[in-house]
Amino acid sequence: MDMHVRTARVALVGNPNSGKTALFNALTGAHQKVANYAGVTVERKEGHIRTADGRTMSVLDLPGTYSLRARSPDEEVTRDAVLGKLAGEPTPDVLVAVADATNLRLVLRLVLELKAVGRPMVLALNMYDIAQRQGLRIDLEKLRAELGVPIVTTVATRKRGIDELIAAIDAAAGGLSATAENAWVAPDAEALRGKALEAERIMKACVRPPERPDTLTGRIDSLLLHPVAGLVILLTLLFVMFQAVFTWATPLMDGIEGALGMLGAWVATVMPDGIWQSLIVDGLISGVGSVLVFLPQILILFLFIILLEDFGYMARAAFLMDRIMGGAGLHGRAFIPLLSSFACAIPGVMAARVIDSKRDRLTTIMVAPLMTCSARIPVYTLIIAAFIPNEQVWGFASLQGLVMFGLYAAGILSALVVSFVIRKVFWRGAVEPFMMELPAYKTPDFKSVLFNLWLRARIFLERAGRIILPLMIIVWALSTFPYPPEGATQPAIDYSFAGMMGHALEPIFAPIGFNWQMVIALIPGMAAREVAVAALGTVYAVADPESATSLLGATLAAQWSLATGLAFLAWYVFAPQCVATLGVVKRELNSWKWMWVMVVYMFGLAYLAAFVTYRVAVALGAG
Amino acid sequence: MSDTLKLSQARKGARGVIVRVGDHRHHGQEHAAELERRLLELGFVEGARIELLHEGLFGRDPIALKVDDMRVALRRHEAASLTVRLDTAAI
Ligand SMILES: Nc1nc2c(ncn2[C@@H]2O[C@H](COP(=O)(O)OP(=O)(O)O)[C@@H](O)[C@H]2O)c(=O)[nH]1
Repeated sequence: MDMHVRTARVALVGNPNSGKTALFNALTGAHQKVANYAGVTVERKEGHIRTADGRTMSVLDLPGTYSLRARSPDEEVTRDAVLGKLAGEPTPDVLVAVADATNLRLVLRLVLELKAVGRPMVLALNMYDIAQRQGLRIDLEKLRAELGVPIVTTVATRKRGIDELIAAIDAAAGGLSATAENAWVAPDAEALRGKALEAERIMKACVRPPERPDTLTGRIDSLLLHPVAGLVILLTLLFVMFQAVFTWATPLMDGIEGALGMLGAWVATVMPDGIWQSLIVDGLISGVGSVLVFLPQILILFLFIILLEDFGYMARAAFLMDRIMGGAGLHGRAFIPLLSSFACAIPGVMAARVIDSKRDRLTTIMVAPLMTCSARIPVYTLIIAAFIPNEQVWGFASLQGLVMFGLYAAGILSALVVSFVIRKVFWRGAVEPFMMELPAYKTPDFKSVLFNLWLRARIFLERAGRIILPLMIIVWALSTFPYPPEGATQPAIDYSFAGMMGHALEPIFAPIGFNWQMVIALIPGMAAREVAVAALGTVYAVADPESATSLLGATLAAQWSLATGLAFLAWYVFAPQCVATLGVVKRELNSWKWMWVMVVYMFGLAYLAAFVTYRVAVALGAG
Repeated sequence: MSDTLKLSQARKGARGVIVRVGDHRHHGQEHAAELERRLLELGFVEGARIELLHEGLFGRDPIALKVDDMRVALRRHEAASLTVRLDTAAI
């Protein structure tokens, strides 16, 4: 048969929380590739498995779903992938339906629906360890007969039943289970009811209720979903998470910065002075380094998110936050991506994939960069230290700390307002339904947490790297060429394209109190916000601004008025000063239009905020 | 005496059986039909046992339910499309 000549293709289908990701990882190990389907933003995860006799099969992981019926353009991709209607995607030879053995009702309905597709199918009864612990009795023989598909019991996290599953897939791929014509049509309400009744009947016939049902989930929920205590716990968790992200990461970040600094210094000694040295040291090493330093923070953040997801808490957080964020037109699930954006908007934008409705996802991505990412912190600290007196207010709070808090609050508040406006203007108030399963709590599995952490870090580095590298080179070129003339008196950047642009743009920025030095610093600052600090150091010819922040601060305090300093802070709350984020937004939304909407609205807000801040401050005598 | 009401009006602790899925007054509208299908896919079918477990802080919204043996969160707005008959011996 030709099945044995070419690689057989397998597609995993199943309800959310059935352990599909864990099973995919168990089947494919590290051999997986995450990309997008051609031309759309749906994630395409593919990996390879090896059969006992050494042949390979390719496995496609499809997003978790309750039905093959597409509810959004994105889900059409899943459906078409299963049906083999997607251009460039061959029809899968075998479907593997992944089921949580302790929660079978909905997946049985899905299996009945999938049967109409006419491909050979294998049912993987995952989480079988939990089913056994609960004393849940499933009559496998009877279930096999009722459904007419082979059944394998698995424990994905312990890699139990994986060989049996591969063997069953292999048998189905090459096997006698005939491939029928696709008879699937999108079910209407009546068809869904019919299948649900059928699933219920099969449940009754084959599954005996657990002897020791899970009562723990209910008890934990009475605490975690309690209207008041639940919110308090959520806030406490967030607080701990932030503390961890910002304090645990610091030594690691210092280490990375130190190592990159040493690498740069070493390259500078071994390479002759000149354009190539400059490209590698100032362009590549410092550019890539400015993203790499955030890796520790991102890893810690991911660790928390993965732990909370695996424990089953994320759905509860979405429940608790839904009404609070819903007032602004955000979906409860937007909570996770927005949270990630406090470390860096790039993983935040990528995490918005958990939102299944297209509109909600778009709104979330559009406001994610308004969350105060950690790249703003160096800018904020510099300006606050230079302009805000270090004194106590109300006897206990530091004024500098309060300003910092105010900047964070301004970011959050503006995100809520912007998403409200987006919903009113673009979606005309349409509300997507909020409904989701609250999975049973589980103890996270140590090994799979580490594995997932590694996978996500790899994806982050690959994606960010691919976008950031070329951008860094462009920004470097703009601030390097042309070279200053012989006997130049000003810093070199003043004569570069960036300098020319700074001088040309100065009139536009004069009304908000920016001088030309600041405008020049904004241009390399497009690479990443914190680069602006180094750029200010360059234009004000302060040597080594990184280690001499206090010196730069003193220079700025002498050269800028308080109003200018405050306007600069206001600018940085909003300005989309990070091309890497814009690149990721373009990629994730697959749309130049929305990226430009983001650029325009954020620069617009930044200008407006700086203008108002400057004018008010001047009027109050701080000019 | 048995008592039917929209699930969106139920309070914490309410138990009962779903007697109708879908808001039939709006029938024919694509939006209502789509909502009905999504509810059915999530296990809200006529005859399913439900119990209202938790309510959100603001406006008692959203709500967490036990539907047969699984847990589901839902906004009251969507719960308005479900009609339930509460148990007579409700607490
Ligand atoms: N005990 C047990 N836990 C599992 C098993 N498979 C997955 N899990 C856990 O179930 C949770 C959800 O799994 P995941 O793969 O993320 O589910 P998905 O939403 O279907 O992709 C995670 O905490 C997994 O570690 C299993 O067979 N046994």
